[in-house]
Amino acid sequence: MMNMIKEGLENNGLITAFAIIGIVMYIAYFLSDKLTKGRVHGSAIAIMFGLILAYIGGVNTGGEKGISDIQLFSGIGLMGGGMLRDFAIIATAFGANFSEVKKTGISGITALFFGVFYSFVIGVIIALCFGYRDPVALTTIGGGAVTYIVGPVSGTAIGASSDVIALSIAVGLIKSISVMILTPIFAKKIKLNNPRTAMIYGGIMGTTSGVAAGLAATDVKLVPYGAMTATFYTGLGCLLVPSILFLLTEIIF
Amino acid sequence: MIIFGVALLSICMLIGVIVGDALGGLMGVEANVGGVGVSMLLLVLAVDYLKKKNKLQVKSEEGIAFWGGIYIPIVVAMSAQQNVVAALDGGGMAILAGVLVVVVGFLSIPFISRIGEKAKVKEQEIELSILPKEQIK
Repeated sequence: MMNMIKEGLENNGLITAFAIIGIVMYIAYFLSDKLTKGRVHGSAIAIMFGLILAYIGGVNTGGEKGISDIQLFSGIGLMGGGMLRDFAIIATAFGANFSEVKKTGISGITALFFGVFYSFVIGVIIALCFGYRDPVALTTIGGGAVTYIVGPVSGTAIGASSDVIALSIAVGLIKSISVMILTPIFAKKIKLNNPRTAMIYGGIMGTTSGVAAGLAATDVKLVPYGAMTATFYTGLGCLLVPSILFLLTEIIF
Repeated sequence: MIIFGVALLSICMLIGVIVGDALGGLMGVEANVGGVGVSMLLLVLAVDYLKKKNKLQVKSEEGIAFWGGIYIPIVVAMSAQQNVVAALDGGGMAILAGVLVVVVGFLSIPFISRIGEKAKVKEQEIELSILPKEQIK
């Protein structure tokens, strides 16, 4: 009997994912309403649940894809994978006001360059504090602080060791998760309630998954604006980190 | 029909992703550069054009709106498959660097916002002084 149920759920992975995520969201919105009187956004709680599930999945399977490494929940991998995520992000642009995008263009680009640069510098400084002195390792870890894609891409390009590359991925993942968790907390203080600030935020944070979840937990109407700039961030990072920023690091150290 | 909206959305995404990959290739970068952004622009332009021509039915719009509406659950599913264990395995250094980057980022947003705002005001002033009044409206 149990086997039959399990098989039924596994064979319809994506549908199982819709059901599970729906239930998780119901619980999250319920708690948001009853425990916090709506002060903590239901989607913020749901994302926290998601991260906890990811942790449980990772501990139990030793895999890299959180809860979706458990066969029963593999559909969550498809539902939350890059393809459907990007599809949904693009769909949020339906109804967005793109004269706002044009108006914020220059600050958006400024934010992008600033975002990549300062993230890199902070990554390098922290790596220095932890005793790294080799420019290849410093650059790779700095790249990880840009995004968890920029770290390994740069590290591979300049010949970093695999443990340094793994560390750079970890830095990028923590960044992404911190953006998810901290965005709704900081949103009010930095007035993240309009398209303009959302674009600058997307340019400074850059991590697509972090920005996607951060804005979902704050105000879904802002998603297209934040995603608009964030979509250029990893590319810019992959361009700048192994080239100019690596050269600069080599000169300084 | 609903599928028309979904198809329109799909076509925009496919073009955007291909353009983004090509851009990455041109820049010699192993990443998609701006694919999602290009797709969003295409979608907005396409919807705008079709609406003006009165060719976009409410049913077709629903095909796009549905995917926008399912966005948050998709993001929750995304968060459930993050490599949280590896992130925490990076230890103190990874946690310190990752969190610090984000906190400094938040603190810097108001400043970057101000820089751009000044430039924006100047731009508008220039536009106002150049353009005749009808065009401003």
